[in-house]
Amino acid sequence: MNRTDELRALIRKHKRWDMIFGVVGLLALSVGILTLVALFVDMAVAGIPRLSGDFFTSFPSRRAAQAGILSAWVGSILVMLVTAIAAVPLGIAGAVYLEEYARKNLLTDIIEINITNLAGVPSIIYGLLALGLFVYTFGLGQSILTAGLTLALLILPIVITTTREALRSIPQHVREAAYACGASKWQVVNHHLLPYSLPGILTGVIIGLSRAIGETAPIITIGALTFIAFLPPVPFTGEPAAGAFDWLFSPFTVMPIQIFNWTSRPDPSFHQNAAAASFVLVFMTLGMNALAIWLRYRLRKNIKW
Amino acid sequence: MRMSQTTTATDATMSSVPMDGSAKLAEYARTKAQRKRRERAIEMVLLLAACVSVFTTAGIVYILVKESLVFFAEVPLWTFLTDTQWTPLFSDAHFGIMVLMAGTVSSSLVALSIAIPLGTIIAIYLSEFAGHKTREILKPILELLSGVPTIIYGYFALLFVTPLLQKIYPDLPGFNVLSAGIVMGIMIIPYVSSLSEDAMRAVPMSLREGSYAMGATRFQTAVNVVVPAAFSGIASAYILGISRAVGETMILAVAAGMQPNLSLNPLEPAATITSYIVQVALGDLPHGSVGYQTIFAAGLSLLVLTLCFNLLGHWLRRRFREVY
Repeated sequence: MNRTDELRALIRKHKRWDMIFGVVGLLALSVGILTLVALFVDMAVAGIPRLSGDFFTSFPSRRAAQAGILSAWVGSILVMLVTAIAAVPLGIAGAVYLEEYARKNLLTDIIEINITNLAGVPSIIYGLLALGLFVYTFGLGQSILTAGLTLALLILPIVITTTREALRSIPQHVREAAYACGASKWQVVNHHLLPYSLPGILTGVIIGLSRAIGETAPIITIGALTFIAFLPPVPFTGEPAAGAFDWLFSPFTVMPIQIFNWTSRPDPSFHQNAAAASFVLVFMTLGMNALAIWLRYRLRKNIKW
Repeated sequence: MRMSQTTTATDATMSSVPMDGSAKLAEYARTKAQRKRRERAIEMVLLLAACVSVFTTAGIVYILVKESLVFFAEVPLWTFLTDTQWTPLFSDAHFGIMVLMAGTVSSSLVALSIAIPLGTIIAIYLSEFAGHKTREILKPILELLSGVPTIIYGYFALLFVTPLLQKIYPDLPGFNVLSAGIVMGIMIIPYVSSLSEDAMRAVPMSLREGSYAMGATRFQTAVNVVVPAAFSGIASAYILGISRAVGETMILAVAAGMQPNLSLNPLEPAATITSYIVQVALGDLPHGSVGYQTIFAAGLSLLVLTLCFNLLGHWLRRRFREVY
């Protein structure tokens, strides 16, 4: 054997490792993707037979076949409403401060470190915070308001981080041009930076809310009931007429809690309900995620600096 | 025509409000001061919003420490750390956090032994081996894994993975740490792989080109050049994965059985710190009882644990940062 052949053999040997790793990589990826497929198929097979109009319009019941998710999906939407109303202005304002106003000082550093650390705090800790603070110290009770505010605190770091990224991606000359025309700082932010960063902010808000809608642990921790067979009061209806904000203080249940409740029952017919409700919940979260990805893609295409 | 109109209009204002230079300057100064005040007020409001994160942290620490102090007034810290039983709701109450810690550790170990190898391999594959198109398609699909609500993973672990594992190992109990841990691990894969991949892609092309120029193959370049260069980013991805595993609640509450068990054996049911908090919150414990106070002590332990990992992450990032 001459030297060329030896070299060829050596190269071939090393190239084989490239191929082996390519296969291993695909296998590793397929573990994740197959799990996702198994999850969906399992949920669909068990759940889809239960999905009917009645499932969406009935209250939970002791009889599995008659139980529905009316109070759960209404609760989820109301809690998300409170979360969005609290988290969106706070998150945007915080991000604008950190990105446009903050000077390099100790306070800024403390705020930055806090936001990074809060993103790593387990969600159940937020539940304990809410239990101690909102439920017992402020006396808000185990209400929609408490749950909404808790989830708002939970997603605040997500909203702040994505808003900051969006603000940072606006080129400096936009700000300089506005200042050169005599705009004040707030005018620059309000007239230029916020409108231009809207796609990024919107994406962050949707991703944050899709995380919040699936959160179970903090809401269980504040002591939300799991069996709710009524809806929060609609403003100005009922006897005596409910006030405009009475629904904020109403007991409630949300989709994940309903699923938890049905999953932890030993009776398999309730597991079917859990699968059907999971199907709806996954549809909600993934739908929101898809919307965020689409928005980012659509709106980014139109911006050319 | 227009010009003359404008001129007359200006003349009219000039004549109706006689203004010399100094009055005009004063007027300017007033508007400027007003504008400055408004700007200050807006800045203060924005600062207040940014400080909400500081208030949140302060609130978390305050609530956990305040309620835990009540608990530790009844149960000495040393007993809490060394007792080997966790029976807070029995009349003969024992509070040994080790028992819950064992559940947290064994479930996290199972999860990480899946998430870290698979996550790293996927990151290397996506960053160094896959073509542009493959990556653009596969990465978002993989990231869906972290978008699925954890309660649904709990359902999946209990009603799909456990029966599957029981076919292989018939003695497996219906609630066990193994299936919960496996599902948790798969859920964590995208956290590990996305961050690691970002770190690897940030490694400058020149390093790879240098390696190829020396005759290295793709695999050799990936393992010997790219991974060491991106190590600080990969390490923080691991740390993120660990804190996810430690703080995960619903999968364990649903599939691992919530039975306090001082053992690292994943084939048995176990309670973790997080699932214990859920268990107590589900029952109606009166505010102020010792049972109610235990969840805050457990929460404080969990917070300290995740804080340790965060600090470790900061340290690793700084220690192994490569500057190009």
